[in-house]
Amino acid sequence: MTARIGVVTFPGTLDDRDALRAVRLAGAEPVSLWHRDKGLKQVDAVVLAGGFSYGDYLRAGAISRFSPVMETVIDQARSGMPVLGICNGFQILTEAHLLPGAMLRNNHLHFICRDQKLRVENAETAWTAEYEQGREISVPLKNVDGRYVAAERVLDELEAEGRVAFRYLDLNPNGSLRDIAGITNAEGNVVGLMPHPEHAVEPLIGTGGTDGLGFFTSILKKTVAT
Amino acid sequence: MTLDTVKHATETPESELPWKELGLKEDEYARIREILGRRPTGAELAMYSVMWSEHCSYKSSKVHLKQFGEKAPENDALLVGIGENAGVVDVGQGYAVTFKVESHNHPSYIEPYQGAATGVGGIVRDILAMGARPVAVMDPLRFGAADHPDTKRVLPGVVAGVGGYGNCLGLPNIGGEVVFDSCYQGNPLVNALCVGVMKHEDIHLAKASGAGNKVILYGARTGGDGIGGVSVLASETFDDTKPAKRPAVQVGDPFQEKLLIECTLEVFREKLVAGIQDLGGAGLSCATSELASAGSGGMRVDLDSVPLRDATLSPEEILMSESQERMCAIVEPRHVERFMEICEKWDVIATVIGEVTEGERLEIFWHGEQIVDVPPGTVAHEGPTYHRPYARPEWQDALQADDAGRLPRPATSGELREQVLKLVASPNQAAKSWITDQYDRFVQGNTVLAQPEDAGMVRIDPDTGLGVALATDGNGRYAKLDPYAGAQLALAEAYRNVAASGARPLAVSDCLNFGSPEDPAVMWQFAEATRGLADGCLHLGTPVTGGNVSLYNQTGDTAIHPTPVVAVLGVIDDVARRTPIAFAEEGLLLYLLGDTREEFGGSAWSQVVHDHLGGLPPKVDLDRERLLAEILISGSRDGMIDAAHDLSDGGLVQAVTESCLRGGKGARLVVPDGLDAFTFLFSESPGRAVVAVPRSEELRFTDMCGARGLPATRIGVVDGDAVEVQGEFTVPLGELRTAHEGTVPALFA
Repeated sequence: MTARIGVVTFPGTLDDRDALRAVRLAGAEPVSLWHRDKGLKQVDAVVLAGGFSYGDYLRAGAISRFSPVMETVIDQARSGMPVLGICNGFQILTEAHLLPGAMLRNNHLHFICRDQKLRVENAETAWTAEYEQGREISVPLKNVDGRYVAAERVLDELEAEGRVAFRYLDLNPNGSLRDIAGITNAEGNVVGLMPHPEHAVEPLIGTGGTDGLGFFTSILKKTVAT
Repeated sequence: MTLDTVKHATETPESELPWKELGLKEDEYARIREILGRRPTGAELAMYSVMWSEHCSYKSSKVHLKQFGEKAPENDALLVGIGENAGVVDVGQGYAVTFKVESHNHPSYIEPYQGAATGVGGIVRDILAMGARPVAVMDPLRFGAADHPDTKRVLPGVVAGVGGYGNCLGLPNIGGEVVFDSCYQGNPLVNALCVGVMKHEDIHLAKASGAGNKVILYGARTGGDGIGGVSVLASETFDDTKPAKRPAVQVGDPFQEKLLIECTLEVFREKLVAGIQDLGGAGLSCATSELASAGSGGMRVDLDSVPLRDATLSPEEILMSESQERMCAIVEPRHVERFMEICEKWDVIATVIGEVTEGERLEIFWHGEQIVDVPPGTVAHEGPTYHRPYARPEWQDALQADDAGRLPRPATSGELREQVLKLVASPNQAAKSWITDQYDRFVQGNTVLAQPEDAGMVRIDPDTGLGVALATDGNGRYAKLDPYAGAQLALAEAYRNVAASGARPLAVSDCLNFGSPEDPAVMWQFAEATRGLADGCLHLGTPVTGGNVSLYNQTGDTAIHPTPVVAVLGVIDDVARRTPIAFAEEGLLLYLLGDTREEFGGSAWSQVVHDHLGGLPPKVDLDRERLLAEILISGSRDGMIDAAHDLSDGGLVQAVTESCLRGGKGARLVVPDGLDAFTFLFSESPGRAVVAVPRSEELRFTDMCGARGLPATRIGVVDGDAVEVQGEFTVPLGELRTAHEGTVPALFA
């Protein structure tokens, strides 16, 4: 039996089908979840995909965080279910206070789409166990509200506890504090990042690399093992 | 004010209506009276005026556009031709592809962000209405001089609008063009292309048949934006003496459109739709009259049921409103409940606003009284046809006589090197990644190639690797020198770009951007360009499947360069065989395919170095283009070439620069016998490409070229970290990169 990984579709979610494909390519069973349903269809883990849920009205992720599906996701995440938030999903996780900090408009004020180099700073989370610590990976980045900010105290705490999961390399594309591209909660089950690993899972497609596949094979191993 | 009902119109035949203000000519108004046998009501007049405008009726252009049908090549792949929302092409394996390029020029000058955004929105709905899932967009853009202050207003707004809308829809932007020329200063060209994919059985058409079937309007509420946008914006040139027309530009909401896409695809999937039409230019007037005239019966619409954003709108305004993100579906009564459920699921407002009737009339009611009673075909299709006078302009001979071959050429190697750097750094030839990086090219996870590649390519079947490639090209400078040749050169370039990516060109869509049709010189340009394009498509076997005409792109008496933009769609059986432009491995041998002649008329070199436009454009040879395409496709399919780049504006040096920088490798070039270094580097002879061939494949490749009669000249090797032209000069890649990539950010960031 393989792991069942859910991908939530909110109105305005864009990368849900890509995330489902990534789950399938990793060998897990993709399960579509709908924002209005509280039930999670017995999935072992959840991916909150990128996009502009609810049109990003008010603030990116601010409305989605109150959707019926998120009530269950928040509950279960607190009891240890692995959750990965990509881009808009990361924004939703911070709005839901599952992860600290917030995302502001990029410092250059433009949408930016590029092949981004990252360093995996924490290879012990549920979503990064297949990487080695310090591994440099290349995955697409695309956002307009991607500048990670948090209070100095919070940043120090994240650093001290090894909870900075990914850092931008070569170029900080949006002015994120301390080059932070993604973080994890203390338990390592909830991870959020701005770049898009689900777009780097097949040779030829996108940037042509498969550096993002490790997120999905990590969770497969983790959930099947437990 | 009393409601101008049909009854009232019959009783008050002498009432004066503002037909002139709505852009109708006296004989057109007389024709409407003749059709109806009475004066039109205000609502009827609104409908006729907007549907008979240049934008909707193609009244100046249609006598010329007919050629695309008359000269259409035999092509088994064409499933739906000109006349529908977009043409549909068979790409094999049961898949059909629909694509179209359209303009949103005038609105984008007035309000760059919304104009460009709603241009994307409109073309996406056209594709959706055919039954297809939109899978990619492209944007050919043309602006005034790069250093002009107004370009700094227009460009960032347009780019943000294209990105802001397209990125929120989840459609990868895989290519297009950005061109600067002072001729576009007051008339930027904002063209937008969308491509969609479906199975053959999913093709939907815009027709209303079956008496009793319901007419459902769904999507956004109808508001006061874009009222008269079509007739006012598309039929007049910009003139400083008139008041600003900002309110006439529509305002887009991409979030609403994304919901509309998913909702529409779901109602298609459940086969709930008998006919469908998007609401674009002319809003409900267009959708109801087109649906009704294409179907078998009539239609009755109750305007009171249209959900409004502004309760004070008059019935005429509701009929003309161009509020975005709306669609109109014809649904059998037994499917209405399920249709509504799906709309509710996606938070899309849906309302039954009428039904298909047994009669032959389009009847519209307001507060229980009839305000429209017309034969729908007369509104939708029987607009006027103009045979506008056209004449070759007097200045054409002098322009062509001003031969670019006489311009001073670089006298020394140092000067040659200097001009190479100047060329690749010029705004038109410089890298556009600062712009295209503001568009999402990865979403949907099927993008194989995107800008700066020769063509954009998306996979449409993950199991078999079937994919489509698209390129858009246009060169107003060539077309100004010779509109017939210019249109064919645009076609040839897009065709060549698609072939260079490894795909087989199949079909064409065009966006014809010209000045005022009331100027015989412009009309001649239009006639020549359409004739050239139709002849070219016939020759290459690629039918025009649909497109768009944008006229009145002029300020005062000065028209833009005639700018036919041509999109070519190609198919590739397995995207794994695609050919990128990057020279990525040292040791690859570089071959120049085709013949290089001294052709500099309209060239990038003549513009950048001499600010000159004159002479004749390069000579078109469509047989050669076809042969070159066959070689490029075979080379890709049989693994003989690792990279290919078409040669067009800027010539060989531009192509080599882009390929080297993309691959991060240098090249050593040798000027072939019989050519001088200048012509070798800068000539813009068409029918050429540069390819990178692995040593192991060299013999096989040159044998193939020899056997088929295509000149292939070995010009060098991928090597080192500089571009070296032996005996002339060397430019380190770093210096080349700074020159090529620094320009656009320096201007606009």
